[in-house]
Amino acid sequence: MALTNETIKERLTAKFGDLLTNFEEPYGMLSFEAPKDQNLKLLQFLYDDPELRFQFLTTLCAVHYPDQKGRELAVVYHLHNLQDNVRIRFKVFTDITTPDIFTATNLYAAANWMERETYDFFGVNFIGHPNLKRILNVDEMDYFPMRKEFPLEDGTRIDKDDAMFGR
Amino acid sequence: MARPVQYNVKNEGGKAIHTVAPPEGYTGEGFFTTKLSDVVGLARKNSLWPLPFATSCCGIEFMATMGAHYDLARFGAERVGFSPRQCDLLMVMGTIAKKMGPVLRQVYLQMAEPRWVLSMGACASSGGIFDTYSVLQGIDQIIPVDVYIPGCPPRPEAVLDGFMKIQELVGKESIRRRNGEQYKQLMESYGIQ
Repeated sequence: MALTNETIKERLTAKFGDLLTNFEEPYGMLSFEAPKDQNLKLLQFLYDDPELRFQFLTTLCAVHYPDQKGRELAVVYHLHNLQDNVRIRFKVFTDITTPDIFTATNLYAAANWMERETYDFFGVNFIGHPNLKRILNVDEMDYFPMRKEFPLEDGTRIDKDDAMFGR
Repeated sequence: MARPVQYNVKNEGGKAIHTVAPPEGYTGEGFFTTKLSDVVGLARKNSLWPLPFATSCCGIEFMATMGAHYDLARFGAERVGFSPRQCDLLMVMGTIAKKMGPVLRQVYLQMAEPRWVLSMGACASSGGIFDTYSVLQGIDQIIPVDVYIPGCPPRPEAVLDGFMKIQELVGKESIRRRNGEQYKQLMESYGIQ
């Protein structure tokens, strides 16, 4: 019997009740939202459950929604059940002033670099991460470049002639 | 049938062949005197050893420039070295990310004097289209540059032109320049001893 989105949703609501919200299926992929303090319990349940078996972390990243006050940063998990070939996705939201999320490194070793990258670009603080430091950018960088806080171009520059650069 | 060797042996077709005039000096029977600076310049400019620091598409154009069709070797730059200790000319070709900056600077510092720097393409010269947090906005922020080649990427002809500009600089440079006060100030402005 193939694993369907309905079954996954039923098992999740049976376990977590109404903690999980915003279920939707864009292009047939089940996705939902979870409270940020539940992310580890949820990942562990999805991993251990004999029916769900979501044991592969495809990717982990963040999104910045500057207009959603109090829940600006979203961390997105993509999980894959390799035996039934089913994928799901869920988001946890957090305030940008306290971007603390529990690390998934104890469950998935692959989360180590993904969380470092997410920290590097969005400044999400993964609590319990063994080596949370910048992975791609220069170590001296003192800001998180993928947050939507910066103008695309620096308007104060004088060394680039607008006529030459097509602005 | 063997291809006849004619172009450098006989001047067929009546093309004008220019020979370079000797440097200014005093000629007599069996001797020629001139400034040491001129002779050193002449020797240096016709035997530059380039160090290619190629990081992106400009590097591909440079490979074409080194190839048989454009042939940078005609200008005495036959020997492309990959050790900064042996080279005179650092050719920076391509986008330099901020993370690559210290590496480039280290390579420059490892080169022995006299050394020249050629910045090829929009990215190396100004950051180019990459007006972003991760890209160095021109290598002249970290090392002094002698010649800039515009283009994105520049054609091999432009590289040859830039190289000839370097040769001009090298040929005219006084052998005392690198000990001068002005040069010292330039190096100090980049924080180089």
